[in-house]
Amino acid sequence: MVQMDKVMMVYENSGTVAANGIDLVIEDGEFVFLVGPSGSGKTTIIKLLTGEVRASDGEIFVNDFNMRTIKPRKMPQLRRTLGVIFQDFRLIDDKTVYENVAFAMRVVGASKKEIDERVPYVLELVGLEGREKRLPQELSGGEQQRVAIARALVNSPSLIIADEPTGNLDPVKSLELMLLLEKINELGTTVLVVTHEKELVNSFSKRVIAIDQGTVVNDGMGGYYSYGIHE
Amino acid sequence: MGFMNKLGYLIGEGFRSVFTHGFMSFASVTIIIACLTIMGSFSLLAVNIDAVIEDLEQDNEMLAFVDETVPDDKAKAIEPMLTAINNVASVKFVSREEAMEDFKDEYENSSIFDEIDATVFRHRYIIYLDDIALMAQTKADIEQVEGIADVSAQLEISKGFVTVRNIVSAVSLILIIILGIVSIFIMSNTIKLTTFSRREEIAIMKMVGATNSFIRTPFIIEGLVLGIIGSAVAFALQWGIYSFVGEKVMNSMANIYVTVIPFQQLMMPVGLLFLGVGVFVGLFGGSIAIRNYLKV
Repeated sequence: MVQMDKVMMVYENSGTVAANGIDLVIEDGEFVFLVGPSGSGKTTIIKLLTGEVRASDGEIFVNDFNMRTIKPRKMPQLRRTLGVIFQDFRLIDDKTVYENVAFAMRVVGASKKEIDERVPYVLELVGLEGREKRLPQELSGGEQQRVAIARALVNSPSLIIADEPTGNLDPVKSLELMLLLEKINELGTTVLVVTHEKELVNSFSKRVIAIDQGTVVNDGMGGYYSYGIHE
Repeated sequence: MGFMNKLGYLIGEGFRSVFTHGFMSFASVTIIIACLTIMGSFSLLAVNIDAVIEDLEQDNEMLAFVDETVPDDKAKAIEPMLTAINNVASVKFVSREEAMEDFKDEYENSSIFDEIDATVFRHRYIIYLDDIALMAQTKADIEQVEGIADVSAQLEISKGFVTVRNIVSAVSLILIIILGIVSIFIMSNTIKLTTFSRREEIAIMKMVGATNSFIRTPFIIEGLVLGIIGSAVAFALQWGIYSFVGEKVMNSMANIYVTVIPFQQLMMPVGLLFLGVGVFVGLFGGSIAIRNYLKV
């Protein structure tokens, strides 16, 4: 569950106000699109939720962790409850597909037996069976993003945050990826997708939270266009 | 994952990184070898210069003349009082007859001293010191001994040696410090370069919930392996260079004045020093350099 109460975020160096009193709640099991034009504050929200930056004011709770008071040594515990997917995949180049996914399990202290059972299952779930020994650069963009999803999924997180996950994919692959995330959501994981791809958002009948100039300007079910956001 | 299992994995990752980042490993090891060999060569040069000066110092002696009024049998009895003095390394008694013979030997081509009488000479002690820097004080102490009439000491020469030794020590210390600082600067930059190229990897580890120690350990192991490899190669190289140069010196005219200390005598301290520096650089590289990337 994610809860943001009157969250302010001002970057000290530039003075930029990236979040200006954001209020939102995402319940467990929801599938939510977070949309908005470039510079609207979407990425800042992701950084606030993953603990990369701390809010200037307001309260943020992510999976029962208070992001305002969380100690640095507790940060790994929070991040183990999250699965984060990035536009540029962020895979470790010299590790195979299998190792990239297994690595996330090693971090949380899983045994070799658990890893050997879980990783093939997750790779099959994302449609990467038979690709285990490939290196990331030997895969297509869509396949690399699937590895990133497998890595995000492997520790059964309660929340998956996808930051522009389709940014480097063609429309067909983008749709396939969103269907995969929808399938993951149906299995019980909360999914938050940050994107500015209107067509893709409009293809799904999901909750859409629209952000502009660091403020929530619309929040409801339906397509992106219906809220009149202009880029 | 049990503790041993986890540790085994992290150690394995450290070793694996040495090979998967081959070029950076090569660069780091090369820098360690270069810095250690340059510093080692200067240190060994300083050690040898110090040893040569010490040898020359050993030859610098003092003469303590026994009072003429002291009977012959009592003259030899002064010896324990001299050896008891602080800074006196050893003493050698020379009777007036022996002194006369030595004198005649010195002027063997001249006949004018043939008729010289031993009573012209005094009994004396040749005195060797532990530290010639304290020669003036020791001379004063010896003059206080009952039965000693006079002490002859070449204080100017001793001062000269002390000055040379101090200059050599100071210059070599300054050079070693400067080289040490330069080495640390180069090494830390190499390490920064290595870790900079892997900041993405570190960021990914953080994002999937890795603790700082989980991220740091393979880097420390990797740094340690590189440090030890670098110091081992530098040691072998230093041995080769030292032996080669030492042989050249000993085969040249310089060997009349200079004796090169055999490397075997210096092997242990050099080896331990190199290993120590290698391990320190490895640990430094592994832990300090990635600190900035862990603050996410």
